[in-house]
Amino acid sequence: MSIVEARGLTRRFDLSDPWVVRMLTFRKKRILTAVDDVSFSIEKGTTYALVGESGSGKSTIARMAVGLLAPSAGTITIDGTNLNDPALDPATRTALRRRIQMVFQSPYASLNPRWRVGAILAEPLHAFGLAAGRETARVAELLEQVGLSETDARRFPHEFSGGQRQRISIARALASEPDFIICDEPTSALDVSVQAQVLNLLKRLQRELGLTYLFITHDLAVVATMARRIGVLQHGKLVEEQDTIALFAAPRDPYTKMLLDAAPRLHPASATGR
Amino acid sequence: MSAAPLLEVRNLRVEFPTRRGVLTPVDDVSFTVERGEILGFVGESGAGKSMTGAAIIGLIDPPGRIAGGEVVFDGTVIGKDAAALRGKHIGMVFQDPLTSLNPLKRIGDQLAETIRLHLDVGAAEARKRAARSLEEVGLDPGRLDAYPHEFSGGMRQRVVIALALAAEPELVIADEPTTALDVSIQAQVLGVLKRICAERGASVILVTHDMGVIAETTDRVAVLYAGRLAEIGPTADVISNPRHPYAQGLIASTPTVEDAAQDGELYQIPGSMPRLDAIPPGCAFHPRCAHAMERCRRERPPMLEGRAACWLLAEEGA
Repeated sequence: MSIVEARGLTRRFDLSDPWVVRMLTFRKKRILTAVDDVSFSIEKGTTYALVGESGSGKSTIARMAVGLLAPSAGTITIDGTNLNDPALDPATRTALRRRIQMVFQSPYASLNPRWRVGAILAEPLHAFGLAAGRETARVAELLEQVGLSETDARRFPHEFSGGQRQRISIARALASEPDFIICDEPTSALDVSVQAQVLNLLKRLQRELGLTYLFITHDLAVVATMARRIGVLQHGKLVEEQDTIALFAAPRDPYTKMLLDAAPRLHPASATGR
Repeated sequence: MSAAPLLEVRNLRVEFPTRRGVLTPVDDVSFTVERGEILGFVGESGAGKSMTGAAIIGLIDPPGRIAGGEVVFDGTVIGKDAAALRGKHIGMVFQDPLTSLNPLKRIGDQLAETIRLHLDVGAAEARKRAARSLEEVGLDPGRLDAYPHEFSGGMRQRVVIALALAAEPELVIADEPTTALDVSIQAQVLGVLKRICAERGASVILVTHDMGVIAETTDRVAVLYAGRLAEIGPTADVISNPRHPYAQGLIASTPTVEDAAQDGELYQIPGSMPRLDAIPPGCAFHPRCAHAMERCRRERPPMLEGRAACWLLAEEGA
């Protein structure tokens, strides 16, 4: 059963000069199609990865999936409800928003440096009116869940390492008890050994809480161990989509093949069968 | 014996005095670089890999200073005169190609300037050589008169490599040269470095956090941890049979496209790299090490068998 469905998702950006300038210089409008007719669906409790290089439109899709950006055409639905339906009543929209959360790339930029960790984690609780009266207990529970301790609630983000900050971001995403989390390059700012810790944490939370992930990354090696299904993006178009094992065994699109060939391997000699 | 190594670093130590005591980002590091060889430095942030590269060419910013050890380049000890070697004998490639190029000057002029600074040639000859160095990194020599912004990220990084190679140095220190680039471009840039090494007999020190890049590019690799050398050896050996527990953990926790395993967990090293003001006594890695013994807590292990700084090797030998 799929929980997230994208149908013909398209996003265009208008990069034109202002109207007056265009009239004076006779320049045409310039439209950039960042995401072009992308469709995919994500099974409940699994991870779907969107892989692509810079400018492939992967982060634009992430922002549309979380509702930060409206699609120019096409729809994205969560459990059959269209996030951008103008007829949606505010209560349903808020309820839907609670179920979708995001973990951003930079744990340095995505946490407010002037707030204590406890306040950062309590904010989504207030916003959605959750755990009223027992916020402190809920914050402690969240910290525990991501491998930090209760006492960390009193500290500020700068007192934590990059990996610990990313754990705080994950705890914040979990605060509203979501079903669907969008992870936009969650480990690309982290060191290898810390990356392994964070990826394992995400996997454990998925097993325990039945979470569904949309995983956005440029790194095929990371998704090899994370995703059940992979979509490869190039210039805003989905050029290939397959189950992970099949994709690595037999990529169909030449662009996917090129990405796989270019990915550095630990044992270059063993890769002769490619 | 073959000729002496191009570069020999002995017991290098870099110190930064701070209000809360002296920090040691590079602590007793020794290694050699042979002619025509690519040596990789790998480690996580704060391991001291960039600092070691900077120390070799005397680019440590005050109040930091080289507090001990010596750097021997081509038979001569480098001291205060490191600046004279920079560019002419040792080229540098930094991570971000945008900040290494002057945005207001045509790349041909930047290349020619570097060439004329280091080699005794006229303007016309310098321009000819500039065109040749662009060709060498796989760029169209017809684009000498282009500005840096007219190139893509990967092409710019190749311009920076051309710039580092312009004065035909014997050694190139490349500090995370491909970290800002897409994988497809990364493969091209690493290819250029490898080819130049082979064609010119130049040596390269490649600093990176990416074990995959090390595996595909380098001849030998040095694994750094908390400012110290944990392990050094031929790349294929170190990757297939790492001796230091940190190197083992680093390699095991690197996800690769080879193991498209469905539900397998990645290997993880508990804890994180110590901060420079809190490096544990004895072996710096012992609080995270599964094999830590009493001796590891007390005594810092020396480099054993010329391979790894770990007491386990002494145990095995006994």
